Amino acid sequence: MSMLGDAISHAILPGLAIAFLITSSRAPLPMLVGAALAGILSVTLASALAAARRVREDAALGVSFSLFFAGGIVLITLFARSVDLDPGCVLYGLAELIPLDTRPITLLGMTAEVPRAFPWLLGALLLNLALVLIFFKELTLTTFDTSLAAALGFAPWAVHAGLLASTAATSVVSFEVLGSILVIAMLVGPGATAYLITDRLSRMLAWSCAFAALAATLGYALALALETNIAGMVATITGAQFALALLLAPRHGVLAKSYRRLNLAVRIASEDMLSTLYRAHERAAREPALDLAEASSLLEPAALDPSDRVVGSRLACWLARRTITTRGLVRTDPAGTLSLTPLGVDAARETIRAHRLWEAYLATNLGLPQDHLHAPSHRVEHFLTPEIQKRLETELPPEATRLDPHGQPIPRADRPR
Amino acid sequence: MDLEALYRTLSLADSTTRVVLLGTGMLGLCAGVVGTLGVLRRRALVGDAVAHAALPGVCIAFLIVGERNVPALLIGALAIGLLAAWSIALVRRVSRIKEDAAVALVIGSFFGLGIVLSQRISERGNAAAGIDSFIFGKAATMIQSDALVISAATLICLLVVALLHKELRTLCFDRAFGESLGWRMGPLDALVMALVAITTVAGLPAVGAVMIVGLLIIPSAAARFWTDRFGLTLIVSGALGTLAAIIGTIASGALPVPDSSPSKGWPTGPTIILVAGAAFFASMLFGPKGGLIAQALRRARLSRTLAYDARLPIDRADSGGRPLP
Repeated sequence: MSMLGDAISHAILPGLAIAFLITSSRAPLPMLVGAALAGILSVTLASALAAARRVREDAALGVSFSLFFAGGIVLITLFARSVDLDPGCVLYGLAELIPLDTRPITLLGMTAEVPRAFPWLLGALLLNLALVLIFFKELTLTTFDTSLAAALGFAPWAVHAGLLASTAATSVVSFEVLGSILVIAMLVGPGATAYLITDRLSRMLAWSCAFAALAATLGYALALALETNIAGMVATITGAQFALALLLAPRHGVLAKSYRRLNLAVRIASEDMLSTLYRAHERAAREPALDLAEASSLLEPAALDPSDRVVGSRLACWLARRTITTRGLVRTDPAGTLSLTPLGVDAARETIRAHRLWEAYLATNLGLPQDHLHAPSHRVEHFLTPEIQKRLETELPPEATRLDPHGQPIPRADRPR
Repeated sequence: MDLEALYRTLSLADSTTRVVLLGTGMLGLCAGVVGTLGVLRRRALVGDAVAHAALPGVCIAFLIVGERNVPALLIGALAIGLLAAWSIALVRRVSRIKEDAAVALVIGSFFGLGIVLSQRISERGNAAAGIDSFIFGKAATMIQSDALVISAATLICLLVVALLHKELRTLCFDRAFGESLGWRMGPLDALVMALVAITTVAGLPAVGAVMIVGLLIIPSAAARFWTDRFGLTLIVSGALGTLAAIIGTIASGALPVPDSSPSKGWPTGPTIILVAGAAFFASMLFGPKGGLIAQALRRARLSRTLAYDARLPIDRADSGGRPLP
């Protein structure tokens, strides 16, 4: 429903224009009623079009709000050019004028000068807060599992309509001060930012409010410092917040994700390197003529048989090489030949065991031919936890757990050290 | 209605009218064709984002060039518009934010930046004149070079669509099939976005940011009620766009204006959109594919058949062997 704010804030223009033409004043109440009616009408039109099924939802929204906006511009150009209801202030808002447009309010014997828009916005805030708190369960359910909500008799359409109405009301109340652009930015920006930070709806709501308040304060201060438009600055800040969150968010941020991905790549590459060396040791034990130096050249990614190659980018391979060296899993003799240390042998045994168990499983239980075993096992060997390995062992006949289908020994998990 | 003015417009007596009609007509054609691709790719609102992102582009170009040099401003708008389209695609790819939220975000923040920049420009004493017209559009003041830019953009877009017609159709309806043929669907998708961006930017000076979206979406949505075939949809949509633009332009000069109004005619861009809207509702009513009347007829026929079939065989025999409807 993200584009709804956009649609509504454009579509209320004719409502404002008509209300202005009827009352010929900028009194808030008729303007609000006109705007709300136009907003609801435009959304109804959009959903009616979408229900016709020939027009998709986004296109229906586009048809509806551009028509309304066009109508609004025509009305204003024709009838209301002379007054201060010009299209520009609909877009930019009049945040600059708030301090000049105040009226006294008496509450509990105290009188305070508050901006004219303040009571309206406060009312909208309280109403939305109350609605969210009262219907939190319904909102959660409808948001995440509409069919379950329907099955439980929660009438998702009513929740949907309520959300729509409160979005419309909020847009209408806000836009006089903020302009339609800031309404769009504020309706979507903080929420989207919060969605990158957390997975729980309740926390997301709190984060979203915090981000919105931060953007408003920061944008206002910056706009004053740079002497520019307040609404525009706040909208820019909401975008910047989102961009930062996209980059830095702990779980869903781009940096966090690429860090996790790189970690995995390094693990896979180092396991590949260790198991390659392990196989070279095995071969060297069988054929004493074979030189271990040949094996170390195998660690160069390009030198390997494609089905055998160390998986990972250049960076991941370099990091993996460093990791296994600094952890003391491999050692380099003066001639530059790599070999596994006892620790390295232990580490490699785990991967080799996973690999050969999987090969045995594929051959025995799935009946795959010999030449189809290595490639899939080479991929899956990094993800077979000890529990899965135990399962594999119980599903295999005992003799198959000792020798893999190629006749190589499968290392045991609990080898005494 | 001012008949004389209408006659003057229709006879193409003034060169201004010819230029404006050429410009808006070409724009309608281009937007109709390109918009169809956008709507079929479910990217209808990306044009909206590009249009809004054009404002900071125009401002940045203005700050760099220092004067109202239309080609420079348009290039700036195109660059930032493409950046906006690319950021939407990026946000969708790397995060779990959905496309519509990404669109709204980009619209809000880019346009906000545009407002900030344009106020800075006007406060520095520069004539910000001309930047505002990029938001609302001023078709009536279109000059020959504007019309030429639009025509060039239209020809490029039409050429691309004509040459890649088969590939684009595959992209719109069976992307996976295209991939299995070894076609590069990613760049093709980016090309569609670029076409939308070019159309949007070319139309900005004429009809403005909000209206260009209407011109992209409405004709193609209307064309869906007339045909199921891809090529025909493109043609119908292009024709509807052209017609709406031409009729709207003529109407904006010829429709009556209240005496109190300072403006000489209806604003051209919005009038074009309203005409397109009328064409859309007519299509929705009368279109043979899913139009309301066609649907009602089909439903009535179906329920007659069903009612007949539902009767017991013995009743049917009683009805004297009336033939199936």
